[in-house]
Amino acid sequence: MTGIKTAKRPSAIKKGAGGIVFDIINHALLVIVALMCLLPFLHVMAMSLSSNGAVISQKVLFWPVDLSFEGYRMVTADASMMRSLLLTVIITVAFTVLGMILTVFAAYPLTKKELKGRGVIAFMFMFTMYFGGGLIPEFLLMNDLGIFNTLWSLILPLAFSAYNIIIMRSFIEASIPASLEEAAFLDGASYWSVLFRVVIPLSKPVLATLCLFFAVGRWNAYGDALYYIKTSTLYPLQLKLYYLMGMATDSANLAEGGAASYVTGEVVKATCVMFATLPIIILYPFLQRYFVTGIMIGAVKG
Amino acid sequence: MTSAAATLPAKKQKARNYMRRYWPLYVMLLIPLSFCLLFKYWPMTGLVMAFKDFGMMEGIWGSQWNGIENFRYLFSRSDSVNVILQTLKLNVLDLVFGFPMPIILAIMLNEVSSKSFKRVTQTVIYLPHFLSWVIIASLFLTMLRTETGMINTISASMGGKKVPYLEDNTLWQVVYVFIGVWQSMGWGTIIYLAAITGISAELYEAATVDGAGRFNKIWHITLPGIRGTVVTLLIMNLGRILGSSFERVNSLSNPYVVLKSANVISTYIYRVGLANGKYHFATAMGLFQNVIGVALILVSDRIAKSLGESGLI
Repeated sequence: MTGIKTAKRPSAIKKGAGGIVFDIINHALLVIVALMCLLPFLHVMAMSLSSNGAVISQKVLFWPVDLSFEGYRMVTADASMMRSLLLTVIITVAFTVLGMILTVFAAYPLTKKELKGRGVIAFMFMFTMYFGGGLIPEFLLMNDLGIFNTLWSLILPLAFSAYNIIIMRSFIEASIPASLEEAAFLDGASYWSVLFRVVIPLSKPVLATLCLFFAVGRWNAYGDALYYIKTSTLYPLQLKLYYLMGMATDSANLAEGGAASYVTGEVVKATCVMFATLPIIILYPFLQRYFVTGIMIGAVKG
Repeated sequence: MTSAAATLPAKKQKARNYMRRYWPLYVMLLIPLSFCLLFKYWPMTGLVMAFKDFGMMEGIWGSQWNGIENFRYLFSRSDSVNVILQTLKLNVLDLVFGFPMPIILAIMLNEVSSKSFKRVTQTVIYLPHFLSWVIIASLFLTMLRTETGMINTISASMGGKKVPYLEDNTLWQVVYVFIGVWQSMGWGTIIYLAAITGISAELYEAATVDGAGRFNKIWHITLPGIRGTVVTLLIMNLGRILGSSFERVNSLSNPYVVLKSANVISTYIYRVGLANGKYHFATAMGLFQNVIGVALILVSDRIAKSLGESGLI
């Protein structure tokens, strides 16, 4: 697969004193960078596992003080939080499934050079990566379709992704030998059965990658929910957290958020942050590997 | 006459054969195409609002045309001009500080000989890329709060003064750029590490034989070896110089900076359009941003190609 390897250098080179100093400084700097990436996260995790008193007296740094699971007990006991979690899972799954259907059905026909109109359709798809109607026309479209303030507004509009289509198409063109498909056609297979019996089974790594692209993207996004979702019982997790952390700055949302953001202790806030990140952390080993794969395929073109 | 009559059915026959073979591919395309038309192209028709005096009652199509009046309004008012300038400013800062970091990090990682050290470091520095902006903002807001934030608590305990990182407009921009670098530097190394992999090991060996030191090899082999990637990515980034991430700015924003440092095109469109209902101004601003964006991408693609790089499109 596409694990990132660096250029091989002969390891037997003699290192002078300068080389050793270089190595020490290089390693030290990398450790500092890595710690910088990790510490903000560790701090909030430590807060989520500490007692309220320890947090208020600002004793908590990167390790829990007075280990306490009170925050987690409160968050998991909070019906609105659980509801939001469930909604987010539903939205994410539906979005990912739809996104994958659109991506596969768009990418496979576009790999067929003899298909008439292929160039025009490919251009139409790609154009959407660079130009769009923008927020207001899209907002009005949600209204016209009657999906404003429904979960559909978070599932349908972004499921079409030109970038993911490019990745899928590049993968099929580069990795699935045309001779395999031709052999199936000679056996009398239709395009449908070739797609489902030959192309899809051979595309598992890229399908996994794109699934994760869709799922993580949906899980993490809150902008569209902020625009389109006005009923607090429909807030996805990230939007709920947004209000909870007091991030709403404009009057329209302060009024909206007022109902949702109750006065919340620091421990509970920290716990909510951890809570919304947990799926990412659990999936992280897969995410990392498959995201790198996707980047490498996408870098070929696009 | 006879030949024309003969070719017409032949053509028809050909078309029929073609469709008999290829119709499944068109049926497949129909599904994504309909989503594309509805959710991407239909909103583009709404851009006519940019040239109208929009009224809620009249709707998009019933409202009166007013030519380029909306654009004249936007470019004549200091608040909207400042929004454009602030967008540019934050993006330039992002570019200056954010662009070199992944290159430096990738070279540093490449100099590490221990595979496990490298893998662990990579795993850790990729992490921020996977966190949502709400989470990232939560982490930093928690740490940087003036009274109760960890950073200020530590510096106060060592006799330092408490610093309003988030309330002060200048400091907020520093924080904004820092967090941007923090979020993207690790992930950005992937593409450069891949480029470094492509450099021939023989070059390094030959240089070693010639007695070249580490810095020499970095300067004369590694950097020239990734030049193409650097140029392509730089041009790509320049093409996005007027873009603005709504989620990043909005989640890091607060009432002290929302109308000053955190006032960029995307948040302006949101505030003026959705919150205040001035659809035509917001749409005009969005169209302006979009058109400049496409133009910049076309120009940068041309530049990349003229420099012998592969281009973007």
